[in-house]
Amino acid sequence: MDFAFTEEQQDIFAAVDELCEEFFAPRAEEVDEAGAWPQENADMMAQSDLMGVPVPEEYGGMGMGFLEWAIIGEKLSSACTTSGAIFGAHMLCVYPLMFFATEEQKQKYLIPLAKGEHVGAFGLTEPNAGSDAGNVQTRAELKGDEYILNGSKVFITNAGEAQTYVVIGNVAPETGTRGLTAFIVEKGFPGFEFGKNEKKMAYGSLPNRELIFNDCRVPVENVLYKPRGGFRVAMQTLDVGRIGMAIGAVGLAANALQKAVAYSQARVQFDRPICEFQMVQKMLADMTVDLEAGRWLTYNAAWRKDQGLNFEKEAAMAKLYTSEMCGRVTDHAVQIHGGYGYTREYGVERLFREAKLFEIVEGTSEIQRLVIANKLLKEIRKK
Amino acid sequence: MNIIVCIKQVPDTTEVRIDPSTGTLVREGVPSIINPFDENAIEAALQLVEAHGGCVTILTMGPPQAEQALRDALAMGADRAVLICDRAFAGSDTLATSYTLAQAIRSLGDFDLILCGKQAFDGDTAQVGPGLAEQLGLPQVTYAINIEVDGKKVRVKRLLDDRFEVVETRLPALLTVVKQINDPRHAGLRGVMKARKAEIPVLTAGDIEADITRCGLNGSPTNVVRVFSPQRHGQGEKLEGEPDEVARQLFEKLHTAQIV
Repeated sequence: MDFAFTEEQQDIFAAVDELCEEFFAPRAEEVDEAGAWPQENADMMAQSDLMGVPVPEEYGGMGMGFLEWAIIGEKLSSACTTSGAIFGAHMLCVYPLMFFATEEQKQKYLIPLAKGEHVGAFGLTEPNAGSDAGNVQTRAELKGDEYILNGSKVFITNAGEAQTYVVIGNVAPETGTRGLTAFIVEKGFPGFEFGKNEKKMAYGSLPNRELIFNDCRVPVENVLYKPRGGFRVAMQTLDVGRIGMAIGAVGLAANALQKAVAYSQARVQFDRPICEFQMVQKMLADMTVDLEAGRWLTYNAAWRKDQGLNFEKEAAMAKLYTSEMCGRVTDHAVQIHGGYGYTREYGVERLFREAKLFEIVEGTSEIQRLVIANKLLKEIRKK
Repeated sequence: MNIIVCIKQVPDTTEVRIDPSTGTLVREGVPSIINPFDENAIEAALQLVEAHGGCVTILTMGPPQAEQALRDALAMGADRAVLICDRAFAGSDTLATSYTLAQAIRSLGDFDLILCGKQAFDGDTAQVGPGLAEQLGLPQVTYAINIEVDGKKVRVKRLLDDRFEVVETRLPALLTVVKQINDPRHAGLRGVMKARKAEIPVLTAGDIEADITRCGLNGSPTNVVRVFSPQRHGQGEKLEGEPDEVARQLFEKLHTAQIV
């Protein structure tokens, strides 16, 4: 077992560190306060070749693994959580195209996404299909050489800003998950509109909009994988998406820990920096262990994916653990900052609010536990 | 157009430490970077080549580890990089450095423009750029804040203490740039990967047909007697008010100090 990174990986990560330190981190507060899509950040991610890390080079990507993608995402999220979320949501569109798209679809859609010329988004969740993802009611009816989509999706990250959407519709809602079908939908397709941008507990600059399909016409060649193949597309996308959520949580928690350490060294009470007090040290120690455990669960899931091993259980474990870890670590970070942590001055109250997201999106913690238990029981039954 | 950018690898710190026994910079334990003004020169070269076509060559004289600075420049998008490296070059002052760079540039073939940062972050002499222009017999324009190339001419806006100055000269020429000229780009992943794989040729004293007596310590008439941080003497004083009144106050102070 080798935990070391290659020289090539180290060079890549050093370049991303520099980019985060010089560009993304200094503007993170400003980006969050602006309440508007951070176009300059999206442009910088594109220019720096971050939008297609695991995509093969012939499709405009860097030809690296999901482990590299995960670690780059962690660094981005640590510097600017909003940018990390854009990066993660983009992959939910890129990944199904990498895995399921035809050659023509890859040429048309994957290449500009991997190069960062386009931003991607993924639409599965509906008002009545959250955890119960099989209950998708967005209707897709075949008419001639087009599918007509009717229905709506909610909370879609990057919506409105993205050019390319992978959308899960249903060609036969009465058959449940067996009717699910994935479509590639372009911004600007007739009958495709965006609803209001949700006001959230945090991430004021990250778009989460409704996708509205009103007799939206999608050519048959834009079916991704195959008609009635949408459940598989959605589930496999979510498996990778869970790694994406885990890296976001790890990055955010790493930022919170760093802030907590710095503050505890600078803040003097009873004539000593508070990091010298054992109750503060206990929190710092717990945060460090918690973060590191989550980080390696996540790297392990990404590494298994790159090795072609089963990684679904590991991805769910990473998502579950890191999202709850992120809650604990940011809670301690605010506590260590005391009254100043509750103010907006030190930025940890923002991290505290942002952390909650991870326990909810891309499968709640409850759903992750179901997935993990399911996989575990299946593995044991096999033996 | 073919542009040569001369860069220097410098310690990454604004608090340069000096070894009091030798009077030289302490480099141990300090990470190295491209001299920040040289990054502006690289960015300016990349922008000119993006606009006019051509090739950007990065040149540095230094120890073998200066190769990293060249790879960082390649990662930004430069086309090729050359390291000038030989024990004979050790201990070069600005005269020997400009001679050695000039010999290397002669060995590289045709070029249209040489760009340098206005000065190095560590030595702060600002002599190598102008010295190199003299060695090569090129027109030189220092402190460039804007560069416009038009055929065989270049129009340069210079940033001076109290004014701008616009100068036009023929190509080839040597320009030194100030940091206000641009915002150097960050290396993307593609650039980093390309730079990792790049072959970086090394030129020795023999390769550039250098006269050894003009290189390194032998070719360096500069003798650093002592290097020290200056003592701060008293605070400055600001006189405010009507010009006549301020002039009178100034005269009185100078008179009291027996300067006038």
